[in-house]
Amino acid sequence: MTQARVLTLVFASVVALWLLALNFGAVGAVALRAEGLTGLRASDWAAVRFTLLQALLSALLSVALAIPVARALARRRFIGRGLLITLMGAPFILPTLVAVLGLLAVFGRSGLVNDVLGLVGLGPVNIYGLHGVVLAHVFYNLPLAVRIILQGWAAIPSERMRLAVSLGFSPTDRLRHLEAPMLREVAPGAFLLVFLICLTSFAVALALGGGPRATTVELAIYQAFRFDFDMGRAAALALVQFGLCLGAGVLALRVALPSGLGGGLDRPLPRMDYRARAIWGDGVLIALAALFLLVPLALIVLRGAPHLVSLPAPVWQATMRSLWVALGATVLTLSFALVLAHAILALPRFGAAALEWLGLAALAASPLVIGTGLFLILRPIADPRDMALAVTMLVNAGLALPFALRLILPALRDVAATQGRLATSIGLHGAARFRLVTLPRLRRPMGFAAGLTAALSMGDLGVILLFADAERATLPMQLYRLMQAYRQDDAAGAALLLLLASLALFWAFDKWGRSDATA
Amino acid sequence: MLRLEDMKITQGGFHLRADFEVSQGARVAVIGPSGAGKSTLLGAIAGFVPHAGRITWRGDPLAKDPGARPVSILFQDNNLFPHLSAAENVALGLKPSLRLSAPERARVHDALARVGLDGMGNRRPAELSGGQQSRVALARTLIRARPLLLLDEPFAALGPALKAEMLALVAEIVAETGATLLMVSHDVADARAICDETSLVAGGVAHAPQPTGALLDDPPPELRAYLG
Repeated sequence: MTQARVLTLVFASVVALWLLALNFGAVGAVALRAEGLTGLRASDWAAVRFTLLQALLSALLSVALAIPVARALARRRFIGRGLLITLMGAPFILPTLVAVLGLLAVFGRSGLVNDVLGLVGLGPVNIYGLHGVVLAHVFYNLPLAVRIILQGWAAIPSERMRLAVSLGFSPTDRLRHLEAPMLREVAPGAFLLVFLICLTSFAVALALGGGPRATTVELAIYQAFRFDFDMGRAAALALVQFGLCLGAGVLALRVALPSGLGGGLDRPLPRMDYRARAIWGDGVLIALAALFLLVPLALIVLRGAPHLVSLPAPVWQATMRSLWVALGATVLTLSFALVLAHAILALPRFGAAALEWLGLAALAASPLVIGTGLFLILRPIADPRDMALAVTMLVNAGLALPFALRLILPALRDVAATQGRLATSIGLHGAARFRLVTLPRLRRPMGFAAGLTAALSMGDLGVILLFADAERATLPMQLYRLMQAYRQDDAAGAALLLLLASLALFWAFDKWGRSDATA
Repeated sequence: MLRLEDMKITQGGFHLRADFEVSQGARVAVIGPSGAGKSTLLGAIAGFVPHAGRITWRGDPLAKDPGARPVSILFQDNNLFPHLSAAENVALGLKPSLRLSAPERARVHDALARVGLDGMGNRRPAELSGGQQSRVALARTLIRARPLLLLDEPFAALGPALKAEMLALVAEIVAETGATLLMVSHDVADARAICDETSLVAGGVAHAPQPTGALLDDPPPELRAYLG
């Protein structure tokens, strides 16, 4: 066993212990406090049903719409394509409250849609409730699904595309022999990912849901915690939520099978379609998707810009706190993901599967479940308010880890499968192998993962609401306070600031990942 | 007749010119040093490499869409879809939708039998040897029956005996179908074995095909340099 291998396994054990503590220690604390599920009311079970329904609808719509959009993007080259794909990363990393403000500006009571409907004597449409929550989730996750599926398209070896073109495949033939097998691999994963994200939706439900008919379990936990001060019920709800996510997480693991389609040399993709009609159809699809994403963002910019410079000092202080939290979470997440991914490849089958499961288990742990657990653990020994930022950073890192691992592990597997034997045969090990063979092929997923983590952490509004007071607020929490206080102008300015900070973090990391695109 | 009229390919610092014709039914070996542009020449004829000038077949310019050209091409690798069976891979040459009628299925069966793979139609490429995989790809060109067959060293990874077998099979196939053959090769023995003509690609020029025997017996300077 090489020294590098031993070190990898030692680091991986440390990470694994920490993940165990985070995911199961917190749940353990919750379970001790829950006193069974007897404390739950009828409204809590309604929240369970609502949570499942909205997650199912959101995931179905997101993936169904993402497939044609990704296909259009995969086969067209146009000016601004790269920018649009980067922007496709935006809504997912967009702080939830910013997205909600943007959607309100379009679909809200005094938004664009109602203005237009009012002109023709219709409306107004109401954005609050199930359809509002689903709309916000599709807005969020459609671009994520597009990017995942687009990566699937890009992963079809160009040799196979070339063979298809040389055999004169029609679009239907291509769908059947190349795209459908790829989608069968990629789409279920995308669906379950969106489903999981929506299952733990908190801030969207906080802003657009609420009431007995549109409360998610996460929101119910927060309300039991904050308004009813009923720790037992909050803990019972947290257990229910954990069960829901665990079920979906187990499903997700079964679906995420390794890809058998890779292994081709990276030759440029041949032109696929020679029909004018397809070009027009693709153009319309891309334009519609871009409008759906860009109009709410544009409105955030337009409404926030005039108030950016006049933002009060607490907003800027909160921004600095959020930046530190985000960067810390990013460093932690990437280190964890790299260590785990290497250990998963180094271990025999059973150990690898267990470790992978543990790395993805955070998908099954909702932020508020972990937050509730940590709160219950910390309260007897320290003032939870003092821990607010550190806890937020650690929870963010744990929650972003599954995404980072999902991005990095397949890429690392691919490197090992295509170049591992060659590297081993010439005696390339340890740091040199990582730098010369692995890193060039991992840059893209690593950059993307780092960008996701930093931006998610920057915009996260969840755990911090359980812990912090005004003195220790992050920027999203500060924004929420401004919205609660109906300080519309400051809220618009703070939303823009939060948007800019999140996008800048994502852009910087993703750009680093793409800067060496030929590797 | 295949005509390359003042064709020029430019890729970064790479240049290749060609201006010649290949008569129908000819069997042409394309030889020359590595990186001279043999594969690029075939790629241009197949429709994958942009170029200036014209390529015509029987007087008509070739279609833009590679699939619509009168061409079957076999690449160095990746000639089969790994998730489809041997029979399905062959059937793609008949109908990419794979919705075959009974007579069409029989033709696929016959093509497989013709290349010596009777009864192996249900196997995936991974369950076949390298030589058998080549046979599947050849069976597909047989059933596709395009008048131009381009081989970009699809047998390079096979052993000498197996390669000779494949070349003999290719010779039989073009004799049966009357196809015009252009075949990239590193081995002048291949050229002598089945190609009556040989085109030398060297120094940025694809030269007009010459009778193989005469060319190899009395090589011009570029060919002499390549042969060593």
